[in-house]
Amino acid sequence: MRFGTAAMAVAAIFTLGSSEVSAAELSIVSGSVGADIQELRTQLAEFEAETGHQVDIVEMPASTSDQFGQYRLWLAAGTDDIDIYRVDVIWAPQLANQFVDLRDAMADVIGDHFPSVIESQTVEGRLVAFPMYTDAPALFYRKDLLEKYGRNPPATWEELTETAKVIQDKERAAGSGQIYGFVFQGAPYEGLTCNGLEWVASSGGGQIVSPEGEITINNERAAQALERARGWVRDIAPAGVLAYKEEEARGVWQTGNAVFMRNWPYAYALSNGEDSPVKGKFEVTTLPAEPGSRSAPCLGGWNLAVSKYSKHKKEAIELVRFLSSRKAQKERALTYARLPTIPALYDDPDIAERQPIIAEWADVVEKAVPRPSAPTKRQYNEVSKEFWTAVNETLSGAASAETNLQTLEHRLRRLKRDGWR
Amino acid sequence: MTNAIPGAPPTDDAMRTEEQPAARSALSRQRLASAWLFLTPMLAVLAFVAGWPLLQTIWFSFTDASLADLDAARFVGLRNYFEYVDYGDGTGEWFGLFFDAQWWNAVWNTVYYTLVSVSIETVLGLIVALVLNVPFRGRGFVRAAVLIPWAIPTIVSAKMWAWMMNDQFGILNDMLMSVGILSHPIAWTASPETAMWAVIIVDVWKTTPFMALLILAGLQMVPSDVYEAAKIDGVHPVKVFFKVTLPLIRPAILVAVIFRALDALRVFDLIYVLTPNNTETKTMSVFAQENLFQFDQFAYGSAASTLLFLVIAAITLVYIKAARLNLGGGR
Repeated sequence: MRFGTAAMAVAAIFTLGSSEVSAAELSIVSGSVGADIQELRTQLAEFEAETGHQVDIVEMPASTSDQFGQYRLWLAAGTDDIDIYRVDVIWAPQLANQFVDLRDAMADVIGDHFPSVIESQTVEGRLVAFPMYTDAPALFYRKDLLEKYGRNPPATWEELTETAKVIQDKERAAGSGQIYGFVFQGAPYEGLTCNGLEWVASSGGGQIVSPEGEITINNERAAQALERARGWVRDIAPAGVLAYKEEEARGVWQTGNAVFMRNWPYAYALSNGEDSPVKGKFEVTTLPAEPGSRSAPCLGGWNLAVSKYSKHKKEAIELVRFLSSRKAQKERALTYARLPTIPALYDDPDIAERQPIIAEWADVVEKAVPRPSAPTKRQYNEVSKEFWTAVNETLSGAASAETNLQTLEHRLRRLKRDGWR
Repeated sequence: MTNAIPGAPPTDDAMRTEEQPAARSALSRQRLASAWLFLTPMLAVLAFVAGWPLLQTIWFSFTDASLADLDAARFVGLRNYFEYVDYGDGTGEWFGLFFDAQWWNAVWNTVYYTLVSVSIETVLGLIVALVLNVPFRGRGFVRAAVLIPWAIPTIVSAKMWAWMMNDQFGILNDMLMSVGILSHPIAWTASPETAMWAVIIVDVWKTTPFMALLILAGLQMVPSDVYEAAKIDGVHPVKVFFKVTLPLIRPAILVAVIFRALDALRVFDLIYVLTPNNTETKTMSVFAQENLFQFDQFAYGSAASTLLFLVIAAITLVYIKAARLNLGGGR
């Protein structure tokens, strides 16, 4: 992954020549959705200037599922090419053995962060990754269109369906042929597990697998929630939503062709960018919920882990400390609307002014619903795949939600056998 | 297997038939020795880069290996292939690859994809080769231009087509709608009805040039006097094609088909990029990759890789037998 021997030789000469013997060359690997890489690069430049270390970014595809496969492979091979991994909140139990325990190195700052986030990255007493930012999705809506048709932001999924349909049809009749009511992430990948979990959990259908490890997904409320989502496809959502990930959904939304969008807060900053056609025309609210249930935004977020095989662990931990610091988190919040993992930052007046979504989101983050990665342990990815497959096949109309959930339950039972491993 | 490699030195059997039944001459003994001498490095490299990983994969398929800790793998027998789990209450269930509906779905997808795409590619490749075999102005340029799809890396062409097939911004929908073939955009890669066809379309686009090239090579081997004789006898061109051209280029076509079929049976990159995680297009390789790297199922994925190898080997053997193909040379 490095630039070969020539580059290393140059680096070696450089290191020998300079008086700074401690300068290290680090590699950080990160997925790239939206402005991810740009955001990282800016902060790394600061780090490089401060410490004299050099940091390369190894860029990964947008799909978290693709990233995971590659990381697992590198780690299994024990490569020392990558020092720091940017890891999804759900990966900790699966990769725990291959990361350095950060509990002692970070002891003085652990207390500053949300205990739930620290808890999610702790496996058998080892803190395997340290939070960079957290995530909880929002319902984006077009304020201008809702006002034009005298509608309120929806509180229930029924209201969303109805409002989206009315505005979509009226706008189309008025000449906006391309507009759709609602876009979300329907492609079969980890993101659909988030979307599906939100629909089901906010309709009283539970969390796929309960925190105790019981398979609870095959129930009537879950089936109703998925049937409702199936009704959206081709009615208020484009047929292509079955292959949409975050960026495809944002593509439709940001060109002004969607009334509602489910997405992570990163889209807030980008949709308000100078070149965005929807700049200033939208607002965000919490995801809808059925009467009697609570809104159930899926807990996301990215953390930094240091590889056990790294040759520069000390410097790598320095970088993790830098990127998770209060200062770095505030910068990311100001420019990119990344949700801090430090509760105190939610009251910060600068952030409240520049990115009002963050001040509003303190409550949402705290109530976010985790995916069942803890109870299903190392089998989580398979559980998630079975779930997203069932949801995707329901959305595509291949079979009814009831049938798919029955199949899903059966498959999960086969996976679990006498207990999650 | 050695005699299946074109151009490899003759094997023992072949040499013996050439010899006089009397004593082996010193010369032929020397030739045999030097043949082995020259062959050994290749055999060693093959054993190292192909044999060893293959054996290792087969070994892992009999263990409970996990990528988190490969050294801790324990032998578990055939459990990854089939296993009956007794729940202790009089009921039980079969597990393992042989009883995994998703695996068999992947096998079916692979076979279907291979049959359809290789058939279309053969027919189109033949047509393109026939056209390119006729002298015309700028033929050299066209021959080179035809190869472009083949020269583009699969990942790049898959990504390119994914954009062209995008339901909102894709040029394909735009073109079909502007000429009135479609009334509303199709989500090519997303809908279960079109996903497999999207993959086949891209594969045909990409590999038809390869087919055309191999068949063209065969066509150029056909001596022109055969055609002159047919022309003098006044044989209808269609009849010439079926009675003269086709039988003469049959070996070239059969070899081209087996190259393509072996490639198609192992397909991974195109599907991984164009229609990720789609049940309709999940092939054996994708299934294996998913278990090996995405899930904590390294042993199960190894079992799938082993079966994948056996399935491909079986199909190849049947094909060679059925086509009476002599890969050792001659017709």
